[in-house]
Amino acid sequence: MAEAVDFKVIGTSPVRPDGVDKVTGRAQYGADLNLPNQIYGKVLRSPHAHARIKRIDTSRAEAMPGVYAVICGRDFPQAAHGEIGGESGGDVSDLAKNIMARDKVLYHGHAVAAVSARSLRIADEALAAIEVEYEVLEPVLDIDAAMAPDAPLLDENCFTKNLPEKPDKPSNIAAVMQLARGDVDQGFEQADVIVEGEYRIPMAHQGYIEPHACVANTNEAGQSTVWCCTQGHFEFRAMTAKVLNMNVADLKFIASEIGGGFGGKTVVYLEPLAVMLSRKARRPVKMMMSREDVFRATGPTSGTHIKVKVGAKRDGTITAATAWMAYEAGAYAGAPMGPGAMAIFAPYDLENFKVEAYDVLVNKPKVAAYRAPGAPQSMHAMESALDELARKLNMDPIDLRMKNAAEEGTQAPYGPKFPAIGLKKCLEAAKAHPAYSRPLPEGAGRGVAVGFWFNVGMQSSAEVHINENGTVTVVEGNPDIGGSRASMCLMAAETLGVPYEQVRALIGDTESTGFSNVTGGSRTTFATGMAVVRACEDIIAQCRARAAATWGVEEDQVLWEDGQATPAPGVNADIKPLSLADIAANAAKTGGPLLGRASLNAQGAGASFSVNIADLQVDRETGKVDVLAFTAIQDAGRAIHKAYVEGQLQGGAAQGLGWALNEEYIYDAEGVMENAGFLDYRIPVASDLPMIDTQIIEVPNPSHPYGVRGVGETPIVAPLAAAANAVRSATGVRIPDLPMSPPRILAALEAAGV
Amino acid sequence: MARVVFPNHLLTFTGGEREVEIAAGNFRQLLEALETRFPGCREALGKAAVAIDGQIYQDAFLEPIEPASEVFFMQRIEGG
Repeated sequence: MAEAVDFKVIGTSPVRPDGVDKVTGRAQYGADLNLPNQIYGKVLRSPHAHARIKRIDTSRAEAMPGVYAVICGRDFPQAAHGEIGGESGGDVSDLAKNIMARDKVLYHGHAVAAVSARSLRIADEALAAIEVEYEVLEPVLDIDAAMAPDAPLLDENCFTKNLPEKPDKPSNIAAVMQLARGDVDQGFEQADVIVEGEYRIPMAHQGYIEPHACVANTNEAGQSTVWCCTQGHFEFRAMTAKVLNMNVADLKFIASEIGGGFGGKTVVYLEPLAVMLSRKARRPVKMMMSREDVFRATGPTSGTHIKVKVGAKRDGTITAATAWMAYEAGAYAGAPMGPGAMAIFAPYDLENFKVEAYDVLVNKPKVAAYRAPGAPQSMHAMESALDELARKLNMDPIDLRMKNAAEEGTQAPYGPKFPAIGLKKCLEAAKAHPAYSRPLPEGAGRGVAVGFWFNVGMQSSAEVHINENGTVTVVEGNPDIGGSRASMCLMAAETLGVPYEQVRALIGDTESTGFSNVTGGSRTTFATGMAVVRACEDIIAQCRARAAATWGVEEDQVLWEDGQATPAPGVNADIKPLSLADIAANAAKTGGPLLGRASLNAQGAGASFSVNIADLQVDRETGKVDVLAFTAIQDAGRAIHKAYVEGQLQGGAAQGLGWALNEEYIYDAEGVMENAGFLDYRIPVASDLPMIDTQIIEVPNPSHPYGVRGVGETPIVAPLAAAANAVRSATGVRIPDLPMSPPRILAALEAAGV
Repeated sequence: MARVVFPNHLLTFTGGEREVEIAAGNFRQLLEALETRFPGCREALGKAAVAIDGQIYQDAFLEPIEPASEVFFMQRIEGG
């Protein structure tokens, strides 16, 4: 790892290379592509949350003028059971049924048929002409009801996984997970103080601004090109191939610009349908979701029910902790209860703990990843309980966390010992931050909480091309969501020793560059960045060889310094250094164009910790909560592009506060989401929030050439509890359930008599 | 011999044994040794993530294992 901190460009904040096109409207997002002879695809969605499909008659729709193709479940191949692979967990067969129902619909909005037609109006008319006969079943909408022994079953073949013996009957509990260490009973006996809490959080959506959209164009040989907004076109290609039983070589995926994803664009919804419709129609088919479709039929994150119990000695040492947690998976198995369970106690050095987690089917959309999947919910519970513990102990909440904080060598609850981590530095920074000590306005409250996320590495590829004038083109395979082009350019510039402005990054399609996993898991700057650095090192090795050949010396007599080949000390002093431009200009004579490559499976993604400080004020008449100030402190390992790291911290805070204060899926008794639009599903807008203050801590990750830790997910973890603890501080009332919307605040204050 | 620890959800593949000691030079050899000891475990363990001396690997294969190594199998991490 580069130890020197006097980097030339790393840690600066230059303008992003894609910025001008994005602010001038030139950038092409998912719905911006239009092809000659293009037609439009639309989806017929279930009006029921739980029903058996008795019959689908598409004949009237197929006979309509202007309709090119109609598809439903019977048109799809039987997808075999098996892991989806890549970054996404879950089963291929479930994925296939989620994008097009077969014998049952499992949530309101579940796709049951799709059409392609000359216009959107004709497509709508065709959808209305499709006859579907349902046998309506009782929906299971509540997580506790779903776990009851007599609950209606979503899947008669769902037998709880990970039990010592296969259960003798099916249930809605798809899987259980346990983590444990020590003796919790003994630990609680040693405790002077014990707190217990029970916390419920409803489903919430990522709320990305750009709805899903794609265009598929299939030729007569059955080869399809798909343009779509995605967090990972290689994984979309793989999923589409599995769902449609196609050869990946017959699928080319091109990623458009992406207007937010946050995990929600790591799985396919429209793309296989568009390929099927295009194959039948022999025309390019464009499909776009409405906002309502996005809410009803894409993957939000799990609603949860979590119970936590924590015991501690008078000095704050935690002696035992237990958690019981149930996560809604939605219609198919695969809630993020595993990471939730592994994260809940991760910041703390605990001798005795036990975690029990459940993956529960309910008649709601199948959940998808959402920044740090599973951790915000579980850590909201633990960090809220710790706040109560600090109050009982009459102890500063940061001191309590510091007393128990994990550090290098601490055995994480999920197994391994932590390498170098930045939690204690974040806590120290929070304690010393002016935001923690400045006076609060009357009636306001302050809350703190810790956040954590594992981060991942996975596979990435990169190529570095040196143009004839010495400028640099980086080709990678990760859609740029959070400014990764700029980060790749910075790492390439730093490694090669050239100005940032001489480097451009582009995102290749699945046929023009090597495989990369999704832009997700906080992996891109870490893993793809590592590939870019390695590809640049490949270039440097080639440049040294070419300089050696030019000078007639050995390669080991050539150094690479400040963007040029220089002779090693003692080698003929008259040799003039050769810049990248010099070597590129002479490339034809020394072996042809300079092309560096690297592909890797990046290991050693360093865990990232954060501490948030929230100042909130509660209007006791209306229940409205105002965010007065918010400070996000996080270990980034090393900030490659400082402003974009700050942006991640600010964005995570904004999303987390929205989740804490207002966002929730609201269902009626039949399982129909009642607030499927941004007017009623209220994400924060700019006027709702103050400037989010940030402080970047840098404890370099030894596994990355520049010390990078992922920063994209940790920022959303702590805001939920920081807000809940601030409301507790402001009102004197613990509101354990989220969101702390005005009605819930008023009800809690009334119930408490304050 | 390396210390190898299994989480609860993988105990069905180890006959309930939570912790074993195995001699292996790398992760591939470790899986082979575990398969010999717990027939049928290889596929599930091969799909799990693993932490070797504190470093988490989503797709370990040739990573070296030292005699004093600590190896923890764990659930794969997904991210958003």
